[in-house]
Amino acid sequence: MFNVSLVQRLQEELKANPGSLPFDEILYCNIGNPQSLGQLPITFFREVLALCDHPTILDKAETQGLFSADSIERAWQILDQIPGRATGAYSHSQGIKGLRDTIAAGIEARDGFPANPNDIFLTDGASPAVHMMMQLLISSEKDGILCPIPQYPLYSASIALHGGSLIPYYLDEETGWGLEVSELKKQLEEARSKGISVRALVVINPGNPTGQVLAEENQRDIVEFCKKEGLVLLADEVYQENIYVPEKKFHSFKKVARSMGYGDNDLCLVSFQSVSKGYHGECGKRGGYMEITGFSPEVREQIYKVASVNLCSNISGQILASLVMSPPKVGDESYESYSAEKDGILESLARRAKTLEDAFNSLEGITCNKAEGAMYLFPRIRLPEKAIKAAEAAKTAPDLFYCRHLLNATGVVVVPGSGFGQVPGTWHFRCTILPQEDKIPAIVSRLTDFHKSFMDEYRD
Amino acid sequence: MRRSVIGGAKRTTTTTCLFLLNHAHHRSLLPPLHHRLDSSSSSSSATALLLLLRRLSSSSSSASSPSPPNMPNPVSVQSINPKVLKCEYAVRGEIVILAQRLQEELKAKPGSLPFDEILYCNIGNPQSLGQLPITFFREVLALCDHPAILDKAEAQGLFSADSIKRAWQILDQIPGRATGAYSHSQGIKGLRDTIAAGIEARDGFPANPNDLFLTDGASPAVHMMMQLLIGSEKDGLLCPIPQYPLYSASIALHGGSLVPYYLDEETGWGLEVSELKKQLKEARSKGITVKALVVINPGNPTGQVLAEENQRAIVEFCKQEGLVLLADEVYQENVYVPEKKFHSFKKVARSMGYGDNDLCLVSFQSVSKGYHGECGKRGGYMEVTGFSPEVREQIYKLASVNLCSNISGQILASLVMSPPKVGDESYESYSAEKDGILKSLARRAKTLEDAFKSLEGITCNKAEGAMYLFPRIKLPEKAIKAAEAAKTAPDLFYCRRLLNATGVVVVPGSGFGQVPGTWHFRCTILPQEDKIPAIVSRLTAFHKSFMDEYRN
Repeated sequence: MFNVSLVQRLQEELKANPGSLPFDEILYCNIGNPQSLGQLPITFFREVLALCDHPTILDKAETQGLFSADSIERAWQILDQIPGRATGAYSHSQGIKGLRDTIAAGIEARDGFPANPNDIFLTDGASPAVHMMMQLLISSEKDGILCPIPQYPLYSASIALHGGSLIPYYLDEETGWGLEVSELKKQLEEARSKGISVRALVVINPGNPTGQVLAEENQRDIVEFCKKEGLVLLADEVYQENIYVPEKKFHSFKKVARSMGYGDNDLCLVSFQSVSKGYHGECGKRGGYMEITGFSPEVREQIYKVASVNLCSNISGQILASLVMSPPKVGDESYESYSAEKDGILESLARRAKTLEDAFNSLEGITCNKAEGAMYLFPRIRLPEKAIKAAEAAKTAPDLFYCRHLLNATGVVVVPGSGFGQVPGTWHFRCTILPQEDKIPAIVSRLTDFHKSFMDEYRD
Repeated sequence: MRRSVIGGAKRTTTTTCLFLLNHAHHRSLLPPLHHRLDSSSSSSSATALLLLLRRLSSSSSSASSPSPPNMPNPVSVQSINPKVLKCEYAVRGEIVILAQRLQEELKAKPGSLPFDEILYCNIGNPQSLGQLPITFFREVLALCDHPAILDKAEAQGLFSADSIKRAWQILDQIPGRATGAYSHSQGIKGLRDTIAAGIEARDGFPANPNDLFLTDGASPAVHMMMQLLIGSEKDGLLCPIPQYPLYSASIALHGGSLVPYYLDEETGWGLEVSELKKQLKEARSKGITVKALVVINPGNPTGQVLAEENQRAIVEFCKQEGLVLLADEVYQENVYVPEKKFHSFKKVARSMGYGDNDLCLVSFQSVSKGYHGECGKRGGYMEVTGFSPEVREQIYKLASVNLCSNISGQILASLVMSPPKVGDESYESYSAEKDGILKSLARRAKTLEDAFKSLEGITCNKAEGAMYLFPRIKLPEKAIKAAEAAKTAPDLFYCRRLLNATGVVVVPGSGFGQVPGTWHFRCTILPQEDKIPAIVSRLTAFHKSFMDEYRN
């Protein structure tokens, strides 16, 4: 919600008076929206979606020439899982059973532990699933949800909308945004002493905006903590395919819990996944799911009921979720091109993450933790006193002040840290790693020039 | 005179407790008997309520000590949001769950039941019962899904020329032609332009694309408005009885109060402003601030199409009383009788000379109904007029939290509001498909209406529009007693027996609301025409034997 109107005004001015501003295009580094910045969709996925949208063409000769054989085969397989092959009908409120079977199999292949299709609720993106859980767990502002600071503001927004209390726990910037159980305990105790019933712990792994990937040992401590304290573990795992460093790996919290010997009787756990991120970046398709385990049958019934009020999520998104969790395999006709597309995107993301991280770290007064995963950098900027005073005079938060100046000088749109939360007195901004590689040098040089002149102006 | 609209987004614990006390009789608030932690308690509702209240007041102290091994599940029906417990949605409720079980039985043991298939007449889901999608719409969607094929020669052979043209046109309205990107939170601007033009063509009055919010079906838009308007259970919304239970469910979920107004069955489900005034007055006398009036036109489950004069009286009422008019207009293309026509409430208001300064008005539309029946695509919009810029900003903010609705649904909404025109290559086939579906719906509406009327003790108002019949059944005393003995509402009792005997799934009237002491059920008109005779004969046979069993 930052400065939408300012950006729009600049965009309109660029259109109306080209050359009137010190840059020739707005570069949107504010939102995890890969395809808006030139990332292409995965061909195989789009082939299957198109065929499922217009199954009439499946039989035609021309189709063989236009679509890969395995996309046609996959489309038939999916259509056979849809009652009456009616892709325009409301499905089961948890999503088409056959697609849930596929997703469950995909989860099992990923984790090495079984998944039950009846634990899966397909939703229009991960966000509606998060809302459902907040609605379920929050009765009043006496119900608290532990959230990381910094966090993706869907959590703060949905907690506010549902009338609960956000209980912040601070990630440690000094240790690469480390999540300490001692911090969780401290915040939990403080909340309880104020009469708050803390219901759940939100963990975003890989992190947004912070980009860290949790170590497995850390995850075990978190699972133990939730079990002991009777908290629902809400695991936002939408960036599970965005890992850029060889020393880290994604482990789902379910896998971690199961490998500790914890089952459905030990822990309430919800995992959120989305088709918007990863290497597929299909934000506009609105596909995703939550896998819910450990809840009682009565509570499961209530969750089903809430899902049924909106009938079902969009079928294309459901199909896409099943494709993401069960993509082409070795030997499939599309495997090589799929692989090449996927690897190309992920390798490029890793390169851009490093380039931008280095660029930020080279700027005076800015430190930037590595983006081990996800799609963002969250550099910290130590603003000189003069700048802070100028911001106060302009009745603006210092980070917003900096970001506005940055935008006006370079056309680069980033989001001030206060949108995500930060330790009071520190300033950050979130910048995505998503602009195409050929634009990155220009961004880096514009940024560097701007920052130098900003510091020249405000240096103490 | 317009009143401030937002009641604020927070709930208080005291109101939650009061709410529970006032609604303790509602069975869904009570935890199921066998799942209560304290197994020694009696099954009375008072004890259950005490358990709930004790849980609420002690919730802070119970969690502070370290958990012992084998701790009960921290999430129980007692600890979750009571609004979730209160909310009900019968369209996919008990009877449907029963039907699904019977379906599984049929699959496992064919021939074991007195029917060979379950016929789902419970939900407005046309394509699940054999209705085909509109070819042109699906061509455009497929091309927008995989634009790489647009250039290829084979595509010309597979797709109509105007669907290819339309796909290009739409892609050019999407920044970077990126159909996989999040769009503007109100929906792609170019598509909103198209929809606004479609609204203007329909009504004869202009529509502003900035007043449009494209959503994943109409339901999320309804939720958004409920969230905005309801601050607490002191905020009331006038809803028709009978109503589509999304309204009662969303009001419950957002913690508001449903203020019922009764449609008059005797006069074809007439909506009387005198009834509106009466209910409004009563609600206000109880300290309820009534924020809005929900009108479903054409009606669901009742199928009536409002007369224009009636609509003018409703507009006048809302303006006078400072109510937001929430107009559910998703069945606007489903009108089956020549003497009625759909008039949008915006058109009616504008033709009365009322503009943005006179009335807050929201119109909901969906791609799920009409002749297109694209339920699974989740496309729809709300057109929001008359609100102040500050409130509009808040609505935008709510929309932006979920980023945007799905792009395919957005595209479909624009196609529905701007379909092929005379002269377009696809116009004739499109027209034939559309007319075929609408005429068939009209025939099925009539056939089923006559069938219900022919049954002893059943009266049925005509379905002037929408997709449902809502017959009234005068159950004999013996049947009502048998239902009571089975601890079941009489209409559910009848519907269950109907299901078990015939495999036909309908929804008991209590799922929609009805005048107390009357019984109804909602049956869709959607099964394919060739199945209708079988439905009618099974229904007739069942009803006769039911009445033979229970006739006084």
